[in-house]
Amino acid sequence: MAVLKILVVDDEPGIRSGVTRILKNFHVTYPFMEEDYTFEVLEAATGEEGIEILEREMPDIMLLDNKLPGIQGVEVLEYVKRKNYEIVVAMITSYASIDVAIRATRYGATDFIPKPFTPQELKSSIENITKQQYLRRITHRLKEEGKKVRFQFLSVLSHELKAPLNAIEGYLRMMQEKQSGEMIDDYAIPIDRSLQRIQGMRNLIMDLLDFTKIRLDRREEKMKDVDLREIASNAIVTVQPYAIQKDITINLTVNCNSLVTADPDDMEIIFNNMLSNSVKYNVEKGFVDITINGCDETISVVFTDTGIGIKESDIDTLFDEFVRIKNERTKDITGSGLGLSIVKKVVELYNGSISVESTPDIGSTFTVRLPRLMIKPDNKK
Amino acid sequence: MIKSEITVLIADDDPDYLYQMVRGLEAAGYSTIAVDSQAEAEKVMAKVKPDIAVFDLMMENDDSGFILCYKLKRRYPDVPVILATAVSHETGMSFGLSSEQERAWIRADRYLEKGIRPAQLDQEIMKLLKL
Repeated sequence: MAVLKILVVDDEPGIRSGVTRILKNFHVTYPFMEEDYTFEVLEAATGEEGIEILEREMPDIMLLDNKLPGIQGVEVLEYVKRKNYEIVVAMITSYASIDVAIRATRYGATDFIPKPFTPQELKSSIENITKQQYLRRITHRLKEEGKKVRFQFLSVLSHELKAPLNAIEGYLRMMQEKQSGEMIDDYAIPIDRSLQRIQGMRNLIMDLLDFTKIRLDRREEKMKDVDLREIASNAIVTVQPYAIQKDITINLTVNCNSLVTADPDDMEIIFNNMLSNSVKYNVEKGFVDITINGCDETISVVFTDTGIGIKESDIDTLFDEFVRIKNERTKDITGSGLGLSIVKKVVELYNGSISVESTPDIGSTFTVRLPRLMIKPDNKK
Repeated sequence: MIKSEITVLIADDDPDYLYQMVRGLEAAGYSTIAVDSQAEAEKVMAKVKPDIAVFDLMMENDDSGFILCYKLKRRYPDVPVILATAVSHETGMSFGLSSEQERAWIRADRYLEKGIRPAQLDQEIMKLLKL
């Protein structure tokens, strides 16, 4: 049960006590609300007194008469607007004055209650206002949560960027202080590790660029016919150097028409990330199979590897940002922890899906499903 | 107690940080046992009683450091522990050992921000071991 404070600003005592009486046992409830709302009524006879109570009590709703003895209702409204208070204002008007109505609306009044009003009229107005106030708060909260998510992303990101800098700085200091000896060869490990950390940081920055790209709105003009066979072949060429180092064989099988409508950059992001994971987390002399299936509306791309696999308990968080599964077998593999979260976002942008099945020490199979006609929903008609 | 007789157990999953800390501590004269995971640290703790331990907070689990602090103190109540992490500053997750409440659940003797230099770590160890 939540209580909303209602401030009534009216010079007629009868109106004020009427509102108090009518709303005393009134409560508002909607199926979508988490709780019922009841009301506490505060009274003010003048605009000046109203402002005083506004400052002190921070009411949620104000019922405001325009014709007041001192400053006018519209001036109280101006004040509220200037101070940016989160309050819903309804004007109580005794006669329909278009002029007042327009000015009041311009200053943020959202409702008009005719005077004199019946209890039922007042109640239905209050019901409406409560709904508005509720929705306004929810929106506000959701925006705040969005900000929080962004903040968390940035703070983890800054941590990920600082870690390699700290490592490299530490190594440089070792050299500066000649901790391991006089010869440059005494520092083979620090130099090698510094170069690796720089490479890791570069990869992270590349992933971040992908990440910012997908956050932007799709541009319709970038959508075109794309042959996934071609995208897959290019991705294979890109990872080939790493595959050769580990003696990994990559096979591509296309079982159907592999044409889709999409932004080719997005398809590259998907294939490059998936394939590089299949190689990175594979074993020496392992295999990677890319199979393109599905000849109707949905096309599916299956990436199967003979790698280290993923424990079932790790799968839940696998697609989250900056998640890297830490264990004995992954500790020497570098990665930003962004790859799969990027793939998932891109796939979902096209109303597709990604799933994984995995057995530790046997391998993993990732399946990406995409609608063949990847057109934005509003263009479907 | 002389430094070469002091064994520092140091656990960190960042291989570079671990390497640098070990080098620094050995240069300062300590003996070290370096491990790169919570699991390894637990194995070592079961066999060896170190004179002091330095644990990273986030290893294979987000709270590996806390768990290690707890387990070490249960087994060897007199061994001081330093908890080192880079997490607090960037994530806004702040904790320290200043209040009674914090000391009750973080069972470390010293809490240090990561990125400290080996010389500083040496200072902290000497303070805790009253050298």
